[in-house]
Amino acid sequence: MSEVAAVERPEDDRTEIESAVVRFAGDSGDGMQLTGSQFTMTAAIAGHDLATFPDFPAEIRAPAGTTFGVSAFQINFGARKIMTSGDQLDVLVAMNPAALITNLADVKPHGIVIADSGAFTDRNLAKAGYDENPLENGSLDDYRLVKIDMTRLTVEAVKEFGLSNKEALRSKNMWALGLVYWMYGRKRQASVDWLQAKFAGKEDIANANIAAMNAGHAFGETAEMPAELGTFEVEPAKIEPGLYRTITGAESVSLGLLAGSQLAGLKISFCSYPITPASSLLHQLARMKEFGVVTFQAEDEIAAAAAAIGASYAGSLGITSSSGPGIALKMEAIGLAIATELPLVIVNSQRAGPSTGMPTKTEQSDLYQAVYGRNGDAPMPVISVSTPSDGYEVAIEAVRIATKYMTPVMVLTDGYITNASEPWLIPESGDNDPFEVQFRTDPENFQPFMRDDDTLARPWVKPGTPDLMHRIGGIERSYDSGHISYDPENHQKMTDVRAAKVLGVANDIPEQECSVGEAGGKLAVVGWGSTYGPINRAVSNMRDEGLDVSHIHLRYIWPLPRNLGELLGSFDKVLVPEMNTGQLKTLLRDQYLLPAEGFNKVNGKPFLIGELEDAILDRLEN
Amino acid sequence: MNVQSPPEKLKARDYATDQEVRWCPGCGDYAILKGVQNTLAQLEADPKNTVFVSGIGCAARFPYYMETYGFHTIHGRSPAVASGVKLANPELDVWVVGGDGDMLSIGGNHTMHAIRRNVDLQILLFNNQIYGLTKGQYSPTSKIGTKSPSTPLGSIDNPVSAAQFALGVGGTFIARSSDILQKHLPEVLKRAYQHKGASFVEIFQNCIVYNDGAFKHFTEKAIQDEMQIHVEHDQPLLFGEDKQKGLILNKEEMRLEVATLGENGVTIDDIAVHDETNRGLATMLAQMDPPNFPVALGVLYAEAAPTYESAVHSQIDQAGKDAGEADINKLLRRGQTWTVE
Repeated sequence: MSEVAAVERPEDDRTEIESAVVRFAGDSGDGMQLTGSQFTMTAAIAGHDLATFPDFPAEIRAPAGTTFGVSAFQINFGARKIMTSGDQLDVLVAMNPAALITNLADVKPHGIVIADSGAFTDRNLAKAGYDENPLENGSLDDYRLVKIDMTRLTVEAVKEFGLSNKEALRSKNMWALGLVYWMYGRKRQASVDWLQAKFAGKEDIANANIAAMNAGHAFGETAEMPAELGTFEVEPAKIEPGLYRTITGAESVSLGLLAGSQLAGLKISFCSYPITPASSLLHQLARMKEFGVVTFQAEDEIAAAAAAIGASYAGSLGITSSSGPGIALKMEAIGLAIATELPLVIVNSQRAGPSTGMPTKTEQSDLYQAVYGRNGDAPMPVISVSTPSDGYEVAIEAVRIATKYMTPVMVLTDGYITNASEPWLIPESGDNDPFEVQFRTDPENFQPFMRDDDTLARPWVKPGTPDLMHRIGGIERSYDSGHISYDPENHQKMTDVRAAKVLGVANDIPEQECSVGEAGGKLAVVGWGSTYGPINRAVSNMRDEGLDVSHIHLRYIWPLPRNLGELLGSFDKVLVPEMNTGQLKTLLRDQYLLPAEGFNKVNGKPFLIGELEDAILDRLEN
Repeated sequence: MNVQSPPEKLKARDYATDQEVRWCPGCGDYAILKGVQNTLAQLEADPKNTVFVSGIGCAARFPYYMETYGFHTIHGRSPAVASGVKLANPELDVWVVGGDGDMLSIGGNHTMHAIRRNVDLQILLFNNQIYGLTKGQYSPTSKIGTKSPSTPLGSIDNPVSAAQFALGVGGTFIARSSDILQKHLPEVLKRAYQHKGASFVEIFQNCIVYNDGAFKHFTEKAIQDEMQIHVEHDQPLLFGEDKQKGLILNKEEMRLEVATLGENGVTIDDIAVHDETNRGLATMLAQMDPPNFPVALGVLYAEAAPTYESAVHSQIDQAGKDAGEADINKLLRRGQTWTVE
C-alpha cells in the first residue's frame, strides 16, 4: 500500500500534455543512467522527439548516499520538436535524500517529486545534510510529493528469485522505471527485451529486474496511486518518416569518422589516450575493427597525436582525440602536421577548464585553443558539432577538408554532446558524395610541396611508391622541394601560402544561413556547438511573441563562412551566448569589427531556454 | 615488348641524397651515416620501402641524407611517429634515429613504450653524452661531474644506461656498437634489421665540439682491445689483444669477473659463453664499465617475440573474418531502431 491516500482512477483518464521533462536521480550505484536510457528508448519508440542530459559524478564509486555521489539522467520528450533537455523538471524521481537535496531546485513549481521513502533513513538524511526528514516536515508542500517505499516494495517483488538483499535492491531503479512507464502509458516490452539480453546467462537477475519493473507498473495500474501523481498522454511528434535510432555525440562522431574514411577511400588509424569525456570515442572505434580500423591507445596524448601523424604520413587517415588538457599536450605535434601539410583529424570533446577543471562538466572554452593555440603562425580549419546527431556530418566534413586540403582539422564537440542523445533518422552511407583521395604516384616533375592551383594542397605520397622518395620535416621547407630552408623570403612565402590554403576552405563550404528567422533585423543571436538547442528554442519562442530576432548557428569556426560578415552586418545588434567567457565573440569582433556582445556562463550546465529569452528581451529593450 | 632488366644492385652511395651533409667536420655522425648506407647496400634494402624517422637534435638530421622516405619530426616523439607509420603500413622498413637527449630525456617515455610494445622498428640511439644542437648542455647519459653551460660546477644527476634501460623495459633486441667500428657497426645493424620487433641499438658517437673524447677510454687504438669485448652468441666471452682475457661468472655472487687464461688455473672452459637469449647475462654485460671491465659491444640480447603491429592486424583480420562483410549501413542500424510512418 502506498503511504499516501489512494484514489480510484480509470486507466483512460489521462491528462494530455505536449511534452514533459523527467529526471531520474539517485546514487551513482543506483543505475540512474541505465534507467534514463531505457526511458529514452521507450519514448523514442512511442514516436516522441526528445533530448537527454546525463549528469554523473567524476568519482567512479563515490561513497553511497553522499551529495557528490548523485547521478542523474534527464529527458525531455514530447509531441513537438524538442530542442533541449528542458529548463525545469515536471517530474523528479529521487532515490535517496542526497538526490532530493541536489535536484529539488530544478523542479518547477507544483511539479511532481517521487521519493523512495525507504531510502530516507536517519543515516542517509544526515549524509545529505538534512536535519529532519523533508518528506515529513511539510517543506515540500509546494510540490506534488509522492512518497513510496520503493526499497521495501522492490524487495518484496523480487523475493521469489532468492537474491541477497543487496542484489534485490539493485532492481530498485527498474521499479521506479516501471512506475514512470505507467504514468506515461508506456509499453515495457523493449525494456524486457533489453534486460533479457543484458543479463543473458543470469536469468535470476534478468527476471528480478523485469519483476521489479512490472511491480512498479502494477503499483500504478492497480489504482493504488495517490492523487498527487498524474497520468499523462503525450501524442507522438510529427517526425519525418523513416528508420530511427537514438544516438549520442560519441556515437555520431565515431560513425561519421568511419563513413568519412570510406568516402575518402582510406583506412582509419585512431590514436588516442584515455581522458574524460573523450574516451568514449576510442571505445566506439575500438569496436569497429571489422572495417579495418586501427585503434592505438598510446602512452600519452603527445604520442597519440604523433602516431596519428605517422599514420597519415604512411597513407592512412590519422585521427587523434582528447579533451582540453590533452589537446594542449598535442599542440606541438599538430603544428608539425600543419608544417608538413599532412591530413589529420583532431576531435576535442571540451570540458570545463582550465587545467583539470571539471572533467565531467561541459563547457565550450577551447575555441581560442583551437583557433589560436599553437606556436608560430599555424592556421588550421576548426569545425563544431551542434547536437548529438550532428557529429556524423561534422566528422565526415572534417575528413573531407583534411584530405582535400592536406591539413589538420579540429572538431570541437563537448561533454554534453558526447553523452547526450537524441533520435536520429538513420542515413545511408551513400547519401554523401565520395571524395576519394588520389595519392600521387607520377614521378614526372614531382616536388613534395608543389601545390594544387585551386586548393593549394601539396601532393600526398605513400611511402612505398616507386621513384617518389622524399623527406619532410618541421624545419621550414623550401617552397617546392621541401628541402630545409632558412631563406627569409621563402619563410614569408610559406607562411602566406599556409594561411591562404586554410582561408581558401571558406570557398568550399556553404554560405551561412539563419537557423531561425532571416537576415536583417534588430538582433542576431549567434551560437556555435551545443548551445544550438536552447538558442534555437529561445529565439523561436521570442519570434512567436512577435520579436525581431534571428538565430545564426556556426558549424565552421575557422575559416568563418565567406558571407558571415555581411550577414551579421545586416542586424542592429549581435548577441553571442557561449559556455565560456566570450571566445567566439572576440573572434567575430576581430574579424568583422562589429560590436558583438557576449552572454556567457560557465557553471558546467547547458543554457536554459528561459535565461536566453531574458537575455534576448534585455537586448531588444535596451 | 616490356622486358625489364633486373634492377642494378644499389651501392652505398645510392642511398645518399644530393643534400649537403651539415654536421661539424669530424663528427661521429658521418661515420654512422656511412655505416648505415653500407648496411642498406649489403641488405639490398629497397629505398621505396624504407623510411627514416627522427626527432630533434644533430642526429635527427639523418633522414635528409638518406635517399629513402624520411620524416624529421619533433623533439622526442620519433618512436611514436614511427609506431604510427608501422601500424598504418607494416610492409615498410622503419628506422628511427635520435640522440641521447631526444630518446632518453624528452622522448624517454616514447622510447620505452615503442620498445616494450615490440613495434618492428630499428631504433638507433646515437649516444654522445651531450646536447649538441643546443650547444653543449649535459645530457641524461652524461657522467656525473660533466661541466657544461648549464652545469658550470659539474652535473650532479646519475646518468642512465641506455642498454640497461632497454633491457629493463622488456626489449627483445639490444645491441651496441660505435661510430668508429666501421666493420662491426654494419654487422650489428644487419642483425637489428633482421630482428622482428623493436631493435634497440646504442651507438657510441663522438661529439667533436662539445664532448670530444667521451669514449676514448675504451675506443682509443692503444687500449681498445683491452677495453672492448665484442660479444657473439654461443662464443666464449674473450677479449684482449691475444684473446687471453675473458669473463667468468661468479655464481655465488651472481656477477661477472675478469680473468686471464692460464692464471689461477683459469682455462677456456671456465670462460662464460655468451647466450643472447639470457636477459640476466645481457644485463650484467650492459653494466660493465672501464677500467675494471671492458665495454660490451655487439648483440647483447635477442629474443623472438610477436611484433605489436602483427598482433594489431591479426585482431583486425580476425574481426573482419568474424563479421563476414563489414557493411557500414548495418553498423548505423545496430541496436534498437524504430520506424516512423
